[in-house]
Amino acid sequence: MLSPHDETTATPRTANAMRVKIVGAGVAGLTCAHAFARRGAEVTIVERKAGSGQGCSWYAGGMLAPWCERESAEPIIAELGFESLDYWREAVPDVPKEGSLVLAQPRDLPDLRRFSRRTEGYEWIDDTRIAALEPDLEGRFDQGLFFPTEAHLEPRKALAALTRKLVDEHHVTIRYEAEGFDGDDAADVVVDCRGLAARDQLEDLRGVKGEMLVLYSTEIALKRPVRMLHPRIPVYIVPRGDGHFMIGATSIENDERGRVTGRSMLELLSAVYALHPAFGEAEIVEIGADVRPAFPDNLPRLRRRGNTIYVNGLYRHGFLAAPALARRAAELAFDGTHFPEVMDEDHREW
Amino acid sequence: MDAMTEKTTHADTVEFYGARVNSRLLLGTAQYPSPAILAEAIRASGTEIVTVSLRRESGVAKSGQSFWQIIRDLGVKVLPNTAGCKTVKEAITTAEMARELFGTPWVKLEVIGEDDTLQPDVFGLVEAARTLVRDGFQVFPYTTEDLVVAEKLISAGCEVLMPWGAPIGSGRGLNNPYGLRSMRAHFPGIPLVVDAGVGVPSHAAAAMEMGYDAVLLNTAVAKAGDPVRMARAFARAIEAGREALIADPMEVRDMAAPSTPVMGRAVLGQ
Repeated sequence: MLSPHDETTATPRTANAMRVKIVGAGVAGLTCAHAFARRGAEVTIVERKAGSGQGCSWYAGGMLAPWCERESAEPIIAELGFESLDYWREAVPDVPKEGSLVLAQPRDLPDLRRFSRRTEGYEWIDDTRIAALEPDLEGRFDQGLFFPTEAHLEPRKALAALTRKLVDEHHVTIRYEAEGFDGDDAADVVVDCRGLAARDQLEDLRGVKGEMLVLYSTEIALKRPVRMLHPRIPVYIVPRGDGHFMIGATSIENDERGRVTGRSMLELLSAVYALHPAFGEAEIVEIGADVRPAFPDNLPRLRRRGNTIYVNGLYRHGFLAAPALARRAAELAFDGTHFPEVMDEDHREW
Repeated sequence: MDAMTEKTTHADTVEFYGARVNSRLLLGTAQYPSPAILAEAIRASGTEIVTVSLRRESGVAKSGQSFWQIIRDLGVKVLPNTAGCKTVKEAITTAEMARELFGTPWVKLEVIGEDDTLQPDVFGLVEAARTLVRDGFQVFPYTTEDLVVAEKLISAGCEVLMPWGAPIGSGRGLNNPYGLRSMRAHFPGIPLVVDAGVGVPSHAAAAMEMGYDAVLLNTAVAKAGDPVRMARAFARAIEAGREALIADPMEVRDMAAPSTPVMGRAVLGQ
């Protein structure tokens, strides 16, 4: 069966193609560009920064983990996630499907049991299996949860690859360092993917700050993302290859961009140090913070006003939800399809 | 009129610093899956007072406004807290900011002494309470069941005490029922709220049966699989416990006390 994102289902562009302007070249904007271009639209992306994916996509973990997210998110996130996982594996290179590992310190085992009750798609594994999957964690944990069908990617590389594909294969025009609403609106449809910047139009959007860091160590290797549960300081480690590890992420109810606090770094570092002491000697390559756009229910939305479609509220689920939302946005524009799971109102009569 | 009769002849409300509320469940606002679920849980429970933390959310430019606005829009009383504060100075600064942001003299005072258990630093607590009361705050101190500390908080000007049931987030329930019972007996006229450590509704009901005026909790609802349903369950348990207290429960006896005569039955130990 073909997935909805398979290139062979694409429609060639014709002379009277739909002209689509996409505002924002983060994960939402780029996946929307792809979805519209594949339907035969003539797509232009405008981005105020100097390159693709330099907003909060830049700081994403890149875990394609619908089952793990199911523990704390609504079922719709997992549904969008399964579709998006397939999309990424087709659309860009280097999306290893090594699964995810969820672990806890012995005193936090109640959190591991709780996690297991809230989701599916895993197996309980013992110390032998943990050591077989991740040899460097041998002897450190007695039990854990293994989610074999999940995958991960490196967000910056993935968005760079997607950008090249859009330009080379789909003839998408990208204008960087450009303002989205510059009066030059010959577009039939505008897709607003500005994230939190769209708060000027979407008043119920709020920011949720996330902080992360990247460590470099040759003393430890991991094949897959590892989540360490803790009642107050849950942390995840995503291997980025070449000895790099992305550690994330805090979730703080404010919209303060860029400022990383000592307490957050202390918490993330002590959690990762508890996973393996080698991280104590690791080099800090990068620290970063940005603000995720979220609606009050922390679920993503498509909204249509006139000829503008807003794709927003992806919260912690940018890479997990964007491709599935992008496909829906294109179907909304081309076919008028209504998607109640991600739309507040029915716009079919418009 | 004794206390028990008074309780039954007036509407059963509880008063904190002159503010009367019907609901004896106070809810924290952290850790919910989303602000929308938080709002629904509060509505479902009938809670009239919610706590909100500021220390970490405020950043350098009070940048937590969106979330705080959601809290204000809930239409319930806000009890800002100093969660995460470890020094007297930090707690006082946070309380001052809270007063400015929410326009209330109320503050739930937490001065954390130990990271692992989040046990209150009772020395810092008394000191901070004294300063805040002098500055016009109405302080709800998060404390232990220690009676001497409680005395000192009252002489510092606190008119409400909030002893822990168990460490924050542990869900262990009432770890020291004897201590909590003595505290109730020692301070019959002070509103007492069990704060922290409550895991399931039966813990909350037990606190109410013990004569506590209210229960404050967060994790038990926020981290439940269905927070809205759990909020409702706690509201009912608290009502049940309160009703039971007013109804004057039977005494516990060492021997079974049959309610029907046993005459005519075979002789015991034949």
